[in-house]
Amino acid sequence: MDYDTLMQILGSTIRLGTPLLLACLAGLFSERSGIFDIGLEGKMLAAAMAAGAVAALSGSAWVGLAAGIGASLIFAALHGVASITFRGNQLISGVALNFLASGITVLIAQALFGQGGRTPPLVGSARFHPIELPFVEALKDVPLIGPLYSEVISGHSILVYAAMACVPLSWWVLYRTRFGLRLRAVGENPAAVDTAGVSVVSLRFAAVAITGVLCGLAGAYMATALQAGFGREMTAGRGYIALAALIFAKWRPWQALGATMLFGFFQALALRPDVVEGVVGMKVPVSMLDALPYILTVLVLAGFVGKAIPPRAGGEPYVKER
Amino acid sequence: MALVENGGRQATAAPTSPFAIELKGISKAFGPVQANKDINFAVPRGTIHGIIGENGAGKSTLMSILYGFYKADAGQIFINGKLTAIPDSQSAIRAGIGMVFQHFKLVQNFTVLENVILGAEDGPMLNSSLAKARKVLGDLSREYELDVDPDALIEDLSVGHQQRVEILKALYRQADILILDEPTGVLTPDEADHLFRILNGLKDQGKTIILITHKLREIMEATDNVSVMRRGTMVDTVKTAESSPESLAELMVGRKVLLEVDKGTAAPGAVVLTVQDLKVKDEHGIERLKGVSFDLRAGEILGIAGVAGNGQSELLEALGGIARATGKITLNGVDLPLTGAQANGQTRREAGIAHVPEDRQHLGLIMDFTAWENMAFGYHNDPKYQKNALFMDNDALRADTEKKMATYDVRPPIPGLQAKSFSGGNQQKIVVAREMEQNPDLLLIGQPTRGVDIGAIEFIHNQIIALRDQGKAILLVSVELDEIMSLSDRIAVMFDGRIMGFSDPETTNERELGLLMAGVGGKA
Repeated sequence: MDYDTLMQILGSTIRLGTPLLLACLAGLFSERSGIFDIGLEGKMLAAAMAAGAVAALSGSAWVGLAAGIGASLIFAALHGVASITFRGNQLISGVALNFLASGITVLIAQALFGQGGRTPPLVGSARFHPIELPFVEALKDVPLIGPLYSEVISGHSILVYAAMACVPLSWWVLYRTRFGLRLRAVGENPAAVDTAGVSVVSLRFAAVAITGVLCGLAGAYMATALQAGFGREMTAGRGYIALAALIFAKWRPWQALGATMLFGFFQALALRPDVVEGVVGMKVPVSMLDALPYILTVLVLAGFVGKAIPPRAGGEPYVKER
Repeated sequence: MALVENGGRQATAAPTSPFAIELKGISKAFGPVQANKDINFAVPRGTIHGIIGENGAGKSTLMSILYGFYKADAGQIFINGKLTAIPDSQSAIRAGIGMVFQHFKLVQNFTVLENVILGAEDGPMLNSSLAKARKVLGDLSREYELDVDPDALIEDLSVGHQQRVEILKALYRQADILILDEPTGVLTPDEADHLFRILNGLKDQGKTIILITHKLREIMEATDNVSVMRRGTMVDTVKTAESSPESLAELMVGRKVLLEVDKGTAAPGAVVLTVQDLKVKDEHGIERLKGVSFDLRAGEILGIAGVAGNGQSELLEALGGIARATGKITLNGVDLPLTGAQANGQTRREAGIAHVPEDRQHLGLIMDFTAWENMAFGYHNDPKYQKNALFMDNDALRADTEKKMATYDVRPPIPGLQAKSFSGGNQQKIVVAREMEQNPDLLLIGQPTRGVDIGAIEFIHNQIIALRDQGKAILLVSVELDEIMSLSDRIAVMFDGRIMGFSDPETTNERELGLLMAGVGGKA
């Protein structure tokens, strides 16, 4: 494998890792507040459909993005009402929302466009296009740096750069702000927050809303940037992979970046069986490569990466005790 | 003092009334249960005020109303003479009320500083709040003997230090009125003394302290006035100096109570139980019981004293067949299995060991099951409960339960009632009845009176003595030093998984035992 190929693969690692990163950060906010969210997948799917459909109808990727975030927020609100207000089982609520998203996205897309549950291919301003950063031409012939800059760093859509900015931003919010302190506290011991005179319910709803926005970004990115339109089940389990990455990252933002990019790298490899064959020296079936991220997920979940301690109050509805 | 700059509320709260808190006509009902009935009471400023009462007397409900956890159905709250509405905890904090709960409300993986500022931050950014809190905490700890490392994680602190963090939290919020709910339950006698020194220091600074406890001795030692609650009503408020433990106990229960256990001298017989070098590891592989040896004779009560978490639970579990262990346990001359499939509660019971576990709600009972079903646990293979090879004889079990409920004064005496519907004391009587009525050679009994009312305590203590007088061996584990001292014929003090020494209850005193409990003195 030559240097340029490696750079190409790293570039597509970032493109494929971005939705995972956004979903992983989304899960991070929710779970840090004590609300388990297995419904990342459903929110992404709903956002992808809404973004794809609205972008196709309006011709604007930005309007599509807003619609995607809106759809994801509606799903987040449902999860919040079920698990915070009514203290329902968070896993069941999440699974139910995933099923709902799976069915309703295809239903609406079919009703709107009649193309077998897909949205029409997006063209022109209905899509987020890669941005060419300055100096790409100037650096083109510089060895090593040139290809790195043009393939890996430059040439992504605005949403990719936004996702990358979310990593330090999340870290800063969690560890440097009052909101972050309270958010982390409510996921560990809601009674401590409650007796300190801070509302557990508002904090958790705020966290769930952030989850909604980030999942909306992830879904909209899938439909309007990574691909050109929505297709049935297009998220393909990325919400679950993001959850695995969250455990891998032990619920921390920078580690979430590392974990999701590792998963993204495997997905990128699966797209380049020729390169894998060149490196390994034998033909590896494509289905084997496709399975790699999932195999890694199983290994992560089986605890091969050391013990991950989830937020202590995670999954437990808060009931004021006497 | 560094506190005045924050808010300035203290300066404006000019005392217009001699009372820090005055409650008038407070009532609160939960469905059909009247938890508080027309409560009137007042706490003079700058005093330590005790509140005592049995479980369910309404102390916690009253304090929860004061801290904004519940809204009273009727009545008024005056803080420093001013009518104050307290709809939530935030309002209570603003009114200058701080609460130290029995179960601490701390975030385990946060530092002391982070816990202190949580909810009382100065602005949206943390840095300035943390810096300020560090300075204020330094001042407070010098002033009141409240030393804690501000950067330590809560999970690394001892229980006593965690409690100091709770007090610091309240003081950081400029509490003038501090409510402490059962503060000494988890402390060694030394730590408790330290706590009372802190409270006296706070009192000298003009703070008002409300101390909720069921330990009459602490009331007598620490408080200026004491209010007694019984079944939702405030029975009386008296000056502590003019009362006695006996009169307070009578006010609490509504009848005369014997505080001292009436027991004759022991007549120890042959050795029933021999324990040699018993060791237990927890699930993380950490040794919790580090080699314990003792003998226990028939007709003898051996009391195991110690602060909770020093290996007492593991000792009971190893003897009861619940935990795997190494070493040697001999009962009536027969070695009991410590590991493998044969080391379980069933074989232990067959060998003649009955076990009243420390945590009755998790190990002693299934709360959703009825009393008669619970009465069968551990003895469900007993031939007298079998109808035939296939079915149990539930009628026999119900009749048996009814008989035991009568003997042990379980109220209400209804075998078909779910365990969770009984009060703590009556739940405990069900477990005690089940275990004692099996006529064991050895009774293991852990925390026999935790969360049990004074009236029921008296009853359970008398049952334990009666069993001893029948010539049974009894191993008593309790964190209540009073209980250990009044029941035991011999006392072993545990610290850090070892027995620090044996004492004679006739000649020892609390100070001596307290030192052993803290790991000082004795044989290491």
